[in-house]
Amino acid sequence: MSGVFSPTRAKIKERTLRTDKWWLQPAITFGVLFSFVIYATFRAFEGANYYKDHLISPFYSPCLSEACVPEATIFGWTPVSAEIFNFALSPALIILIFPLGFRMTCYYYRKAYYRAFWLSPPACAVAEPHEKYTGETRAPLILQNAHRWFFYAGLVFNVFLTYDAILSFKNIEGQWGHMSVGSLVLVVSSTLLWFYSLSCHTCRHTVGGRLKHFSKHPIRYKLWTWVSVLNHSHQQFAWYSLAGVAFADIYVRQVATGAWTNFYFF
Amino acid sequence: MTTDKSALERHKYDVLVIGAGGAGLRAAVEARESGLRVAIICKSLFGKAHTVMAEGGAAASMGNANSNDNWQVHFRDTMRGGKFLNHFRMAELHAKESPDRIWELEMWGALFDRTKEGKISQRNFGGHEYPRLAHVGDRTGLELIRTMQQKIVALQQADKREHGDYESHIKVFAELTITEILKENGKIAGAYGYWRESGSEVLFEAPAVIIATGGVGKTFKITSNSWEGTGDGHALALKAGANLVDMEFLQFHPTGMVWPPSVRGILVTESVRGEGGILTNTNGERFMFKYIPDVFKDKYADNEAEADRWYEDQDNNRRPPELLPRDEVARAINSEVKAGRGTEHGGVFLDVSKRLSAEIIKKRLPSMWHQFYELAGVDITKEPMEVGPTCHYVMGGVEVEPDTAAAVGVPGLYAAGEVAGGMHGSNRLGGNSLSDLLVFGRRAGMGAAAYVKQTTATPVTDATIAAAAARIEAPFARSGGENSYSLHAELQEVTHNLVGIIRTGTELKDAIEKIADIRKRSANVAVSGGRKFNPGFHLAFDLDNMLLVAESTAKSAIGREESRGGHTRDDFPGMNSDWRQFNHISSFDGNQVNVRKQALPFMPKELFDLFEVEELKKYMTPDEVAKGGSN
Amino acid sequence: MARKINLRIWRGDATDGGLQDVQVEANEGEVVLDVIHRVQATQMGDLAVRWNCKAGKCGSCSMEINGKPRLACMTQVAAYGEDETITVTPLRAFPVIKDLVTDVSFNYKKAMEIPAYEPPKDLKPGEARMEQVDVERSQEFRKCIECFLCQNTCHVIRDHEENKKSFAGPRFFIRIAELDMHPLDILKNRKRTAQEEHGLGMCNITKCCTEVCPEHIKITDNAIIPMKERVVDIKYDPARMFAGLLKREKRS
Repeated sequence: MSGVFSPTRAKIKERTLRTDKWWLQPAITFGVLFSFVIYATFRAFEGANYYKDHLISPFYSPCLSEACVPEATIFGWTPVSAEIFNFALSPALIILIFPLGFRMTCYYYRKAYYRAFWLSPPACAVAEPHEKYTGETRAPLILQNAHRWFFYAGLVFNVFLTYDAILSFKNIEGQWGHMSVGSLVLVVSSTLLWFYSLSCHTCRHTVGGRLKHFSKHPIRYKLWTWVSVLNHSHQQFAWYSLAGVAFADIYVRQVATGAWTNFYFF
Repeated sequence: MTTDKSALERHKYDVLVIGAGGAGLRAAVEARESGLRVAIICKSLFGKAHTVMAEGGAAASMGNANSNDNWQVHFRDTMRGGKFLNHFRMAELHAKESPDRIWELEMWGALFDRTKEGKISQRNFGGHEYPRLAHVGDRTGLELIRTMQQKIVALQQADKREHGDYESHIKVFAELTITEILKENGKIAGAYGYWRESGSEVLFEAPAVIIATGGVGKTFKITSNSWEGTGDGHALALKAGANLVDMEFLQFHPTGMVWPPSVRGILVTESVRGEGGILTNTNGERFMFKYIPDVFKDKYADNEAEADRWYEDQDNNRRPPELLPRDEVARAINSEVKAGRGTEHGGVFLDVSKRLSAEIIKKRLPSMWHQFYELAGVDITKEPMEVGPTCHYVMGGVEVEPDTAAAVGVPGLYAAGEVAGGMHGSNRLGGNSLSDLLVFGRRAGMGAAAYVKQTTATPVTDATIAAAAARIEAPFARSGGENSYSLHAELQEVTHNLVGIIRTGTELKDAIEKIADIRKRSANVAVSGGRKFNPGFHLAFDLDNMLLVAESTAKSAIGREESRGGHTRDDFPGMNSDWRQFNHISSFDGNQVNVRKQALPFMPKELFDLFEVEELKKYMTPDEVAKGGSN
Repeated sequence: MARKINLRIWRGDATDGGLQDVQVEANEGEVVLDVIHRVQATQMGDLAVRWNCKAGKCGSCSMEINGKPRLACMTQVAAYGEDETITVTPLRAFPVIKDLVTDVSFNYKKAMEIPAYEPPKDLKPGEARMEQVDVERSQEFRKCIECFLCQNTCHVIRDHEENKKSFAGPRFFIRIAELDMHPLDILKNRKRTAQEEHGLGMCNITKCCTEVCPEHIKITDNAIIPMKERVVDIKYDPARMFAGLLKREKRS
């Protein structure tokens, strides 16, 4: 027996003596993240219904495959073949690794899914079920250290998605200066993504956290204090931006299938 | 039990430091750095000492905030604060060496708050002419302890590199109580004690012992001290043949919490009154107006309307009487309670909620609000606090040679920090205790090291060991005797009521008899349960120490027929210059504490001349002033 | 005012033990440590409990109250329901000695393994100059009162005794961070040893240490994650790895 049941520890047979609803938080996290994964997997393989009238789903942007709807590409740039080894590649599958990787290696999501999915631990002072534990010291979890790579990639994606949001200010005919519910959805979704990226721990480290002497770098110190403020709410931004992206995709899909009509304000 | 020679745990060291607060750790560092092997004994875990409670800061005339500050000014402030009863040489060394001790801490990793130029920031404090207290927010004591704890670890790491063992030259014995300091042929030979965890006994053989056990607060019912402040070092020193000096001087803070019990003794800072907190008795009367002494009549308001106006307009109104000096406020609260107008818990009400809105209270007194809300569930924005004088610090302590911290009369014994006497005279200035323990902790380490190098260790004899062991065994052998918890409560009641902040001859006489009675009954304390981490057993020994301290305090207090600093006699109000020339020396004859007068050494001319003669006339007799300082 | 509460206290030692029910009086405003003391003074004279300052400043009275690691002096009795039984046990990550007292020596051993502060060789006492903004980060970590609640709650060692050898724990990650961020510390390899010797990589940032810290130190966000990022700087940074590759190529 190991852990709290080790021979030298106080003999208590319960895994935890907590009397509060400690299981609620991981259960909610599990439910929400699991639903998202199911939906995202379905959408990633669907390979359709991601573009309609200047609205591009964030799951499919940037659209880099030869199979892309031409209007969804960046000036027709499609460097990736539509098929690899006879496998019909949905445009989403090419790029999804980047936002997915960013979130998978995010310091907040790590906490959330280690607790909710891996029960390591399910909650504080609740004994975990695993016999062995090595943390993030070996493969595959040592790859969590690649968060910074994904952070940089995430910034590039944010630029694309912001560009997409700007494009949505066209009407169906392609004239600028119009705005629809769809533009609103994409603006909110891409803005939340910026907040999520900029509030991230890696960002905080990069802008100033890595310095030994703040006093010698007043501008980076200022940036660091701002990012630190955002960083307090990183967890919130993580959830809001996830919901934002998911809703943006749902919205575009509904419009593309014709289930919903994109309403134009002007 | 473990008197069997082969079974007894034995350790040999060059220097044994009893107490792991600021003074003890500083002494240990010094002794180790002069090449000796050192054992540090702490009654609780390493790093938990009462020093962590010190908030304000450490006084040192570094002159970072005001370049006019220097050791002479600090010396003058300290002597004034102590009403000139301080040992001048200790005050001098303290003032001269404090800055170096603070800077040294910085070299060991301490991170004090900074000035704009990047120097150590210094703050103002009562009695200090210039901003002088090096500080880290309100947790300076913690910073001191942690820094020295980490310095000791650094030394241990060096030993590991050199000798392959972290603990080859300096070892911390945590949760171990010393019950006796052992002597052979009139010289220190070691100490005897027990592990609190297992109850098993330990013998330390060492030619030098440094006592750094801190204060005696637990002798009193209401105290800001933790359970460890049981006067162990005072009692150990007395029993080892050393003297205590001026044990009548205890510092009481006028407003400590008396209720609820969860925060009993904890200080309510003066700023609560400064921000508009008013004191009332159970009749709802704002009683401080009745207690304004004549000398303060022109500075303090005699009616509520004017007092209330002062908070808004301080130029055209006199101060509220709640802001009288500490001893006046304490005396007033004491009188109200004694007259039956106090709360059932022996306090009065301090209310800040009447004058200020909840937001303002939380903004101006954030740590106070948090402290009471978190520790006691008291919301000071809604309800009054119940306060009364709380025992805070003992100025009296082991009589030492200032330069070496050597205990007078016992070769090989040293004392530093709160347990040592003389430095603060009759009253300690805030901020001087943290610097005191650094300065004299180091000196004790140096003194002990010098002594060890010129002496030979004396082995402890079997007879001495057997006697010490028998004493530990005794309470277990008794049955149906007294309960140490209730005796302790009884002692606290006596000291609180009769030897507290305001004293009279008749009450002190009564106290001395009662303490003697408790002491007689304490010889009959029985302990239930085993030896393993048994608090009842631990208290039995602590109680013994507190009884000796209380006896020494009561007997010194009845002798000193004047009021000065931390000793106030209702029957002898006012200072008496004749009494300034004398210390009270307590010694122990194996049966009881005896107190005698001893002449206080007089300042040499160069220190005497630091003062204006007019000022000295307030404290000294005309003869002394005329002499102009000499020895 | 005073009411009876049900307290369930773990009593025993390393060989055996269990929860015992007691009824004890509790007054308004009292904390759990107060009622434990009352039990000690009136019913169980030899009940072992560690405590010192009773003001949340020394970190001695660490225990688990209704399964949560807490300081008993900072836990209001009133925080629990009128009829609720309050269960008090010793810390469950460390060997028990007796009743509520555990052997926390693990932490002192780990403290010895963290290399001490190293000032510049030529720095003289009194000459140190540091800006307030440069000391603030480390000052936060120096608020630590060493209650070891973070060490106790950390599943890396709480649930895996065998990891104690290779894992220093949150308390010492903030110590390492404090020194690495200390404006005058010159020891260069703190990041590498944090990862390779003190087990920083074992932490999966589930944040329980931060949740239990009575000093509200942001252990995870301000110390552990920044240290992990500093390790990335020297070991896994894309730009540096690329630069390193180039260097190696040039050399070969």
